[in-house]
Amino acid sequence: MEELQSLMGGFAIALTWFNIALMFAGIILGVLVGVLPGLGGANAIAILVPLTFGMAQQPGGQVSAIILLSCIYWGALFGGAIASILFNIPGEPWSVATTFDGYPMSQQGKTGQALTAAFTSSFIGAAVGVLLITFVSPVIAKFALKFGPAEYFAVYFLTFAAFIGMSKGNPFKTIVAMMLGFALAAVGTDTVTGTMRLTFGITEMLKGFDFLIAVIGLFGIGEILKTMEEGLAIKGAEGKLNMRVVWETWKELPKYWVTTIRSSVVGCMMGIVPGGATPASFMSYGLAQRFSKNGKNFRNGEIEGVVAPETAAHAAGTSALIPMLTLGVPGSPTAAVLLGALLIWGLQPGPLLFVEQKDFVWGLIASMYLGNLVGLIVVLTTVPWFAMILRVPFSIMGPVIIVICAIGAYTVHSSMLDVWMMLIFGVVGYVFSKLNYPLAPLVLALVLGDRAEENFRNAIKGSQGDMGIFFDNGLVGTITALALILLFLPVTTAVWAKVKPK
Amino acid sequence: MCIGALTSQLAQAAWEPTKTVEFIVPAGTGGGADQMARITQAIIAKHKLMKQPMVVVNKGGGAGAEGFLDAKGAKGDPHKIIITLSNLFTTPLAVGVPFNWRDLTPVSMMALDQFVLWVNADTPYKEPKDLVAAVKAAGGKMKMGGTGSKQEDQIITVALEKATGAKWNYISYKGGGEVAVQLVGKHVDSTVNNPIEAVAQWRSGSLRPLCVFDAKRMPYKTKITKDMAWGDIPTCKEKGMDIDYVMLRGIFMPGGVTADQVQYYVDLMKKVRETPDWKEFIEKGAFNTTALVGKEYADWVAKEEARHLFLMRDAGFIAK
Repeated sequence: MEELQSLMGGFAIALTWFNIALMFAGIILGVLVGVLPGLGGANAIAILVPLTFGMAQQPGGQVSAIILLSCIYWGALFGGAIASILFNIPGEPWSVATTFDGYPMSQQGKTGQALTAAFTSSFIGAAVGVLLITFVSPVIAKFALKFGPAEYFAVYFLTFAAFIGMSKGNPFKTIVAMMLGFALAAVGTDTVTGTMRLTFGITEMLKGFDFLIAVIGLFGIGEILKTMEEGLAIKGAEGKLNMRVVWETWKELPKYWVTTIRSSVVGCMMGIVPGGATPASFMSYGLAQRFSKNGKNFRNGEIEGVVAPETAAHAAGTSALIPMLTLGVPGSPTAAVLLGALLIWGLQPGPLLFVEQKDFVWGLIASMYLGNLVGLIVVLTTVPWFAMILRVPFSIMGPVIIVICAIGAYTVHSSMLDVWMMLIFGVVGYVFSKLNYPLAPLVLALVLGDRAEENFRNAIKGSQGDMGIFFDNGLVGTITALALILLFLPVTTAVWAKVKPK
Repeated sequence: MCIGALTSQLAQAAWEPTKTVEFIVPAGTGGGADQMARITQAIIAKHKLMKQPMVVVNKGGGAGAEGFLDAKGAKGDPHKIIITLSNLFTTPLAVGVPFNWRDLTPVSMMALDQFVLWVNADTPYKEPKDLVAAVKAAGGKMKMGGTGSKQEDQIITVALEKATGAKWNYISYKGGGEVAVQLVGKHVDSTVNNPIEAVAQWRSGSLRPLCVFDAKRMPYKTKITKDMAWGDIPTCKEKGMDIDYVMLRGIFMPGGVTADQVQYYVDLMKKVRETPDWKEFIEKGAFNTTALVGKEYADWVAKEEARHLFLMRDAGFIAK
C-alpha cells in the first residue's frame, strides 16, 4: 500500500488554506467558463497560465499552480452540463449525450433533478477515474502504449457501431445522419496527404467545420426555431427555489447503480485511450439505452439517460490525465494546455515524472479528490438558481439564448463567418427534427470523423493495404469483433424476432 | 517652430504597443511552436518586458495556412506577431495557398530546432547503418513515424531515402509527442523527433538516439541519461549520411509595418533571449542557439526557402 502512503503525503501538501481557496476560485471560474459555450476550459487555462508562472517559482508553488489550473478544468467539466440541460446547448463534445435526456427533463420542469443527477454522476465518474490514477497508473500507461493506428480506429469504429446498433428508431436514418457528419468532417486539411479537400477555394474553409459551431447551431438555434413554431407565448417552466430537490434526487439515484458501474467502466476504458471522453459518453448512453429496463423511455427525459453519459464522460475525462502525466501525450485540448504549463514550470511529463517529482504528482492526485469534492459542493448550491432561469418567459429568454449562441460561435475563431454558419446549422437542425432524423450521429461523426479517418488510413498504410491489420492481435481483434456484433445487432434481433417460434 | 519641436520629440520617443499584442501560432496546442510561443509570453509577463499584455492564439488550420493568411491580412498592424516553423515554406508549396514569407516582415530568429533519428531501445540497431540495412532488407515495410504530411519530418525521411537508397513507409501523426509514444509502443520503427519531443522517453530508457541531422554536434554536455548527453549523439554526417536539416523557430510581423515598430520587437525578443528562464528552456530542448535579426535573418530565410523548394520539388510534394 505504498500508494496510500504517497497519497496521504499528497494530501498533506495539497491541504493548505491557500490551496483550498485556489480550489474554490478555480472551480467557480471553471463553472462560469463551462456554462458559456465557445469559451471552453482550454482557453481559460491558456489565459491563466502566465499568471501561474510566478506562483510556480515559489517552493511547493507548482502544486498550487496545478491545483488552480486543474480546478478550472473540473469546473468547466461540471459547467458543461448546465447549458446542455437548460438550453440544449452542449458546450463540449462530451456534453452532447447529456442533452438527450437532460433537456427534455428540463422542459418538464425537472431541471433541478437533471442538474443534480448530472453533477452527482460527474462526481462519481471522476472519483472512479481518480482511484484508477491513484492505484494503477503505471499499468494503464503500459496499456495505452499498445494503441497504434489500427487499435484507435477499432475504438472509433466501436463507438459508431454502438451508436447505430443501440439507437432506437430507424437505423438507416442514423446512418444517413452519420454519413453527413463524415462529409462535414472531411472538409479542410486532409491530415494524411496534407492537401485541401472540399474547400471550394474559400480560404475560411481551410480549417474545416468546427464542432462547436455546428453544435451550437444544430442544438441551440434549432431548438429555438422549434419552440417558435410551437408558439411564442410559451411561459417559463415551473420551478421551485429549493434545496430539497437535491436530497430527493439523491434518494432516487442509488437505484441506477448498475448504470453507474457500467458507465464508470466504459469511461475508464475509453479515458486511457487518449481522446476518449466523447466516445465514452456516447457509448455509455447507447449501452444504457439498450440494457436498462427504462431504455424505452430514453430521449423523453429519463434520469438514467443523464446519469450514464455524465458518469462515463467524467471517468474518461479524469483518466485522460494519465497519458498526459505518464507519457506526455495529452488526451484532450485542455490536457494539452496543462501539458504546456507543466513544461513552462520546468517539469517534464513522462515516465519519470512519478519518480522524480513525487511531491508534485501526489499533490496533484490529492487535489483531484479535493477539487472534485469542492466542485460538487459549489455546483450543487447553484442548482436551485439555475433551475429558476427557466421561469423566465421565452420572449425574454429566447433572444438572450440567441445572443449567447452568437457570442459563443464568434469566440471559437473570432470569425463572423462562423456566426452565419451557426445560423445555417440552426436551420439544418430544425429540418432534421421535423423529418425525424437524429442529430446525434451527425455530431458524433463530425467530432470523431477526422481522427477515425486518419487512423484508418495510417493503419492501412502501415499494413500496406492488408485489412487483416484490424484482426492482427488479440486487442484490436476483440474490439473490431465487438464493433461488428453491435453494428449488426438490429438486423439479428429483427431476424430472430421473425424466426422465433411463437 | 512649435510643430517642428513636436515632431522631433515624437521621433525620439520609440514606438511601443498601445494595446494587447496577439501572438499567433500557426500550429495546434502542445507542439514545439506552441510551447515556444507560450514560454515567450510567460517570460515577457514575468519580467514585465512589455507594458501591454500578450495573448497566444492558435491558428493551425490547413497546416498553418490559417495563421499565415491571418497575418498576411493584417497588413500594417503592429499589434500582431507570428511564430513560424518550417511550415512557413512547406505549407504554401504543398497546399498551394496564396502566401509567401515576403508578405510578412522578419523580426528575429529565436533558435533552430534539431532533428534526431530515434529507434526503440529494444531494437538491435546501435548505429544508423544497422537501421538502414534493416530497412533495405525489409523492402519498404519498415515504418517511419512523423508529424504531419509533406512537412519537415517527411522531407527528412525523403532526404534519408535519397542518401541511403533505403525505402521507408512514412506514417503521419498529428503531434510530435504522439509520434514518440508510437515509437515506444513499437507501432513505428523509427522517428526523426525533435529533442524536446522525445527527451522524456529517452531518459526513461525507452528510446535510443542514432544521430542528429545538423552540421555539428549539439553543444550540451549535461548528462541526460546515465551515460549520455545531447553532445554525445554523433551527427548523421559522421555516420556517413550527409544530411543536415534544422528548423526555423522565428518571429515575423505582418507586412507594411514601420522600422521602429520592428525594432521594438527585435529588442523585446533580445531581452527575452537574455533571461535565465529562456536559457533553461533552450538547454532542455537542446536547441541550436543561432539567433539572427534584420537583413541576415531575411537572407537566411530566403536561402532556406530556396532549399525547401528544391527538396520538395525533388520529393514531388509541390501542389499542382
